[in-house]
Amino acid sequence: MNVPDARNRADGVAKVTGAARFAADVPVDGLRHAVLVTATVPAGRVARLETAAAEGAPGVVAVLTAANAPRLALAGDGYAGRLPLQDDRVCYEGEPIAVVVADRLERARAAARLVRAEYVVEPAATDLDAVLDAAYAPTPTPRWGPADTSVGDVDAGLDRAAVVVRRRYTTEARHHCAIEPSATLAEWRDGRLTLHDATQGVFNVRTVIAAALGLAPDRVRVRCEYTGGAFGGKGYVWPHQLIAAMTATTLGGAVRLVLTRAQTFTGNGYQPPTRQAVTLGADADGRLLAVRHESVSATATYGEYPEMAANCSRVVYASPAIETRNRVAPVATILPTPMRAPHEGAGMFALESAMDELAYELGLDPLELRLRNHAETDPTTGQPFSSKELLACYAEGARRFGWSGRPMPVRSLRAGDELVGWGVASAIGSTFRFPAGARVRVGVDGGVVVEAGCQEIGAGTYTVLPQLAAEALGCPPEQVTLRLGDTALPETGVTAGSSTTMSVGSAVRSAALELAAKLAAMVDGRADPATLRLAGAELTVKNGPPTTVRLADLLASHGVDGVAAEARWAPGPQRHSIHAFGAVFADVAVDELLGSVRVRRLVGVYSAGRIVNPLTARAQLTGGLIWGLGQTLMERSVHDARLGRYVSKNLSGYLLPVSADVPELNVGFVEEHDPHASAIGARGIGVLGAVGVGAAIANAVHHATGVRLRDLPITAEALCCGES
Amino acid sequence: MAGAQDAVPVVLRVNGRRHDIQVEPRVTLLDAIRDTLGLTGTKKGCDRGECGACTVHVDGRRINACATLAVMQDGREITTIEGLGGADGSHPVQRAFVAHDGLQCGFCTPGQIMSAVACIAEGHAGSDDEIREWMSGNLCRCAAYPQIVDAVRAAAGTARA
Repeated sequence: MNVPDARNRADGVAKVTGAARFAADVPVDGLRHAVLVTATVPAGRVARLETAAAEGAPGVVAVLTAANAPRLALAGDGYAGRLPLQDDRVCYEGEPIAVVVADRLERARAAARLVRAEYVVEPAATDLDAVLDAAYAPTPTPRWGPADTSVGDVDAGLDRAAVVVRRRYTTEARHHCAIEPSATLAEWRDGRLTLHDATQGVFNVRTVIAAALGLAPDRVRVRCEYTGGAFGGKGYVWPHQLIAAMTATTLGGAVRLVLTRAQTFTGNGYQPPTRQAVTLGADADGRLLAVRHESVSATATYGEYPEMAANCSRVVYASPAIETRNRVAPVATILPTPMRAPHEGAGMFALESAMDELAYELGLDPLELRLRNHAETDPTTGQPFSSKELLACYAEGARRFGWSGRPMPVRSLRAGDELVGWGVASAIGSTFRFPAGARVRVGVDGGVVVEAGCQEIGAGTYTVLPQLAAEALGCPPEQVTLRLGDTALPETGVTAGSSTTMSVGSAVRSAALELAAKLAAMVDGRADPATLRLAGAELTVKNGPPTTVRLADLLASHGVDGVAAEARWAPGPQRHSIHAFGAVFADVAVDELLGSVRVRRLVGVYSAGRIVNPLTARAQLTGGLIWGLGQTLMERSVHDARLGRYVSKNLSGYLLPVSADVPELNVGFVEEHDPHASAIGARGIGVLGAVGVGAAIANAVHHATGVRLRDLPITAEALCCGES
Repeated sequence: MAGAQDAVPVVLRVNGRRHDIQVEPRVTLLDAIRDTLGLTGTKKGCDRGECGACTVHVDGRRINACATLAVMQDGREITTIEGLGGADGSHPVQRAFVAHDGLQCGFCTPGQIMSAVACIAEGHAGSDDEIREWMSGNLCRCAAYPQIVDAVRAAAGTARA
């Protein structure tokens, strides 16, 4: 690629050679292997747990259960499980009831099968539709907004409306399915605990582990240089991490606990199913007079995670009256958790499908309907948007897609034996930013090291953050290396919610600018850091005639062997509504006899502030589009309500997109700089690409066939049997 | 007859080196490579032949190392990602993956590359559609699939179909 800033991944060689070390790859002396035994019923009590056979099996070091495990203290908000091995309760199928530790993995695994449990089974609902009557208003974490919002008079708006659309939509339970199963290596030596953990946030892990085990945080170090995909599933801390840690502190030495693929389906959260109702009222020209969006999502019986699916309707379209309501209903599963794309991923399927239905009620082009309802300011808060180029996204997306050639009537396009349809949807992404620290230092050889305790989960952090430091120091990015994923480094928030480039990137920029100022001052006591250029081991400042000095000479003259600067960044008071936006266009072919939907093309154009690296950013967005494709046509964690468990806890029953499923993808960005979102002008892009895809495809299926499908994933049965 | 818990001698020839090891018959080739030989470039994503993260070559053929036992591969020539292009990633397929951004988190990447090398050698990289089909045994949850196809096509020297 010849695009400036489209730098290839700095960690590319480490990843293509197998040298990149993930949590389960870290070598350690005297390693023991831990294997979980998990509950086979969804609710009740463990009446009897027979561990003698396992304890006597070859190589077994210990079997920990509620009877002999150490007592844990409360773990805090960063923990999303129930405290493990503390009592005889079972709150979900898959909940750990014992851990077997042995000298070798195959021995631990074999011994774990020898543990026998008898249960007093209690009635449990695991089906969301069975517990909708028990729905209640959640208390979301403040950054997700309130459960309910209301502006204007929706009922009055609906009374005045020329057209009203009232529809119900559903999305199903899904799992993150990172290819790296969650894994923790815990080592307890000399009163200190070191964890190598597959996580999205080493500091969060440290906080939770230290609190639960009653250790001072400075006695716990958590490291993670590479995370093998996360997508939200490694954001909170889950029982296996506590079990690994408590096993290590109990036995001493090193213990590795890696979830089996099946255990990942009950071990680190999931995206809960949603049941949504959307009501739209518009005048005869298609201008919205009222929007009501209600959603109920599943949560656990032991905790609360609200999937805020209704939130998107607070922001996306202008309307004088908007009501949104998020509810949760408890089921006997592990706690649901954010998953790419949380909140808007489910919500925009409903809202954007309903907008398409409204367009057809009005006989109005679906893109034109969106243009007529474009929000110039946040319709719920009244705040100005920090920056919003959604109109440009619609225009550029339509141009790339060829939308102007779309006939309005359904069933009007064909390719051979297949019906063809075109659909559009808007995309929106929330902006989450966390306080972050970063340190930048340069040595005599000109090598710049950036340090920040965030994570690389596939987004390109090792590549992008050095680019931001290089920009401030006037040096090539190859001269900068990043150290991350260690609680010994400056503290950052979790690498989640598309936050890291904005938050940590702003801190890195600030630290690098401060370093540039220090260096400039060392040259002549007054030089402007903006004129600094670092090329290899030579430093040039240009205040008038350029002065070039060898870094080694400069540092020696000041009696130091390096210069460092540290900075913190935190989001200021929020005076703007900050969201990323986009427009998604889908082209599908439907075989009516087979009920098969084949996506032929997806076009997405995005408004996300400054794009630091177009190469890695594009991968985030194409990856997101493919996630949306999976949500729409494949992914569903099928659940047996009688047994209270998922039936396909594997990667052959849970369908993920594979290479052959991927259509032509066309992704673009609108050039933009958002000074309010972050110091680097960027907004978040990690989840944005997965938003709107479901509606764009479902709307295209409607255009192709005339069949409106309101339940994801779209199945051949539903397509053949007609409207849901 | 040896029981499941009795280790037996096995010769694993990995990346041109002979390893005389003792493993229980129930140990998979994957666990032997990772835990006994310490070659952790080969990844365990599912341990049941579904994701392809553990793809290695045995006598030049790609297989899922989790779906075969170490004792079954006694004496055969095994190549893992570590044996492909050295520490600098100099194999043409490795270089193509970096140049075409055919990776994100990197966890499935060793398996993708081992699969890609075999896919090209098998003559299954003749068109984009063929690459997609013959690389579909390797899951990438980050969904770097388009870039992986770009990388395989470039490494195969195949014109875009």
